[in-house]
Amino acid sequence: MNKQELAAMVADILREEGMAPPVKGGEYHPQAPQPQKKDEGYREGDFVPDVTDLNLRKLYLTEHPAQKERFAAMKLRTPARLGSGRAGPRYKTLTMLRFRADHAAAQDAVFSQVPEDFGEKNGMQEVKTRCRSKDEYLTRPDLGRSFDTETQERLRTLLPQGSRVQLVIGDGLSSAAIVANAMDCLQTIREGLKLKGIDPGTPIFVRYCRVGAGDAIGDVTGCELVCMLVGERPGLVTDKSMSAYITYRPRTGVSESSRTVVSNIHAQGTPAVEAGAHIAGLIATILEKKVSGVGLHLEAGA
Amino acid sequence: MSESLLSVGIDVGTTSTQLVFSRLQLQNRASAFAVPELVIGEREVLYKSPVHFTPLVGSSLVDGQKLRRLVEQEYANAGIRREEVDTGAVIVTGETSRRENAAEVSQALSGFAGDFVVATAGPDLESVLAARGAGAVEFSRQTGKTVLHVDIGGGTSNLCLIREGRVEKTGCLNVGGRLVKRDEAKHITYVSPVLGGLWEPSQGIGTLVKLLTRALEMAAGLRPAETILEKLTTKEAEHFFRLEEAAVLSFSGGVAECIARDYPDNAFGDIGPALGRAIRESALCRGEYRLSQDSIRATVIGAGCYATQLSGSTVYAQNVRFPLKNLAVVEPGRETFAEGETILAMPGLPSPSYEQVAALASRLAERPGPLRICLESDMAKALGQALASRLPGDAEILCLDRVKAAPGSYMDVGAPVGAAFPVVVKTLVLGSQ
Repeated sequence: MNKQELAAMVADILREEGMAPPVKGGEYHPQAPQPQKKDEGYREGDFVPDVTDLNLRKLYLTEHPAQKERFAAMKLRTPARLGSGRAGPRYKTLTMLRFRADHAAAQDAVFSQVPEDFGEKNGMQEVKTRCRSKDEYLTRPDLGRSFDTETQERLRTLLPQGSRVQLVIGDGLSSAAIVANAMDCLQTIREGLKLKGIDPGTPIFVRYCRVGAGDAIGDVTGCELVCMLVGERPGLVTDKSMSAYITYRPRTGVSESSRTVVSNIHAQGTPAVEAGAHIAGLIATILEKKVSGVGLHLEAGA
Repeated sequence: MSESLLSVGIDVGTTSTQLVFSRLQLQNRASAFAVPELVIGEREVLYKSPVHFTPLVGSSLVDGQKLRRLVEQEYANAGIRREEVDTGAVIVTGETSRRENAAEVSQALSGFAGDFVVATAGPDLESVLAARGAGAVEFSRQTGKTVLHVDIGGGTSNLCLIREGRVEKTGCLNVGGRLVKRDEAKHITYVSPVLGGLWEPSQGIGTLVKLLTRALEMAAGLRPAETILEKLTTKEAEHFFRLEEAAVLSFSGGVAECIARDYPDNAFGDIGPALGRAIRESALCRGEYRLSQDSIRATVIGAGCYATQLSGSTVYAQNVRFPLKNLAVVEPGRETFAEGETILAMPGLPSPSYEQVAALASRLAERPGPLRICLESDMAKALGQALASRLPGDAEILCLDRVKAAPGSYMDVGAPVGAAFPVVVKTLVLGSQ
């Protein structure tokens, strides 16, 4: 597939999606009738169509398919990169470009920051783990699980001691996930807890946060349960996926098996509000059974 | 947590009454680290009753007393107690589904056939259940072929067009094996009123079965449509059904048994064998066609195995006394015509914000009476919780999602299994206008 064919195909698919073909930024007027220009190829300075605008579920590149419609119908149901055809033994250009674009977006998402005013805007205090920068956060997981003495003192003054539930938002590996989902989810959890007569306490935002930071908060506050909403490692499907880690009796050194996890919270997975309502129910169950993680599963199975 | 549902299907048809018990296995499709997603997995038929003649008083009135005894006996034969049954459907089909019969059957079987079993009918539902019970939907899904399923019973033929495993269209014709009954000496003892003006006994049975077969051929698009197609379309069906494309034909119902095998002409005291033979020799069986196994039980197997669906697994209920039966499905703002208990159907929002849920809840909370809401998108638990926060603790609230129900249909909702509700959506409730 050469450059023009690729451009034409991208434009076609975007049209089907009801999106204006993003050619020649600035000059394009979608309402005006477009004179059919002869294909003159690209000149210096032209924009090429954005491959990441394509809906991969509708992109079916296999040539001479035996049952195109049936395959396409199945493909609509999965984000997997199927039916991408091939050029000899390799990917087609479009497949490769899109893969690299998605991969780059995932990598970028890891390095992005939750806006500085996130905590303030949402009525929450912000604290940092021992990490001083994103780079340090990525290279030193141990520092992302603990707080320096000064911050521990601050936590002691900011948060109530011995509360039943401590809600924590941590940026984790995807800031985009937190910006997109955390507040909708948090507010729904709080509403659900109040409805069940459980004090939702004072939520806090932790920057450069790993899941273990919740245990450190447990050490400081002596709370009965920590529920942390944290950005998941971005993947090739979405960079906005968030998880909730719920730990009963969170203390430094608890085993990972004692955490109850709700993952895949994003617009295409479990919607943030619906996850929030579910998590509120889980928290109530965990407080009642006094166990989280694998222990809770075993209890439910017994 | 219950991991399966015991379901009963009872089909009271023009000719036969049948019953099946089946076990619907629940399965969590989500991983252990995500919000659960319960679906019905395996469907296993545990017991099939013999095919009984529908007990009648006179020529077409169902004998409620005898029907009740018959069903009681079948429960005993299957070794199943009423209270063990979790869900299911009683359907009254074909010519039997007249209003006086509907009421009779409802009364005869009410509270008897389990706690969450309902009298339902309507040609749309019947057609879909027969097509599913006959395996035609699964066949279409697996092969990708377009299938026209025809369930030919005593009084009516239910048609169902399936494309790639999806039901697209249903229809119903007054074509059946028992439109005319004969005694042992082959004297005609009964002619269904639907044949009025179309056929006289003096024209002979051969003429009749050809006429009925032609109507089926027209519906299947195998011959140009003539007025008989319209005349034989049942009153309940809004439009007469006509296929405009090639499809694999699939047959079930009592008459399908007579397509598969030759029976003596008067084996059942009706025109079933003659009709079956006429269909076998017609254009209907010239292309690709399939006959379902256990043809005569297709509808009842459909009722037992496929009438129940599960709601989403994050749902909300407070102060609800299950089961809820015959809730009229209404759209917000258009509920003036509905009588009795209702449920509001809304598409909902795909991934709403907390504020959107709150705004919707505030609006809904102003409504009087119990709040019952059925959404398509996954947001029921959040909405239910938001409603509960706005209403007194004794308010009745039901929010379920991942169920699509058209206004004008009716819904039954059973007590939750696992985290989901078993739901039966019906097109028509017996006894209503």
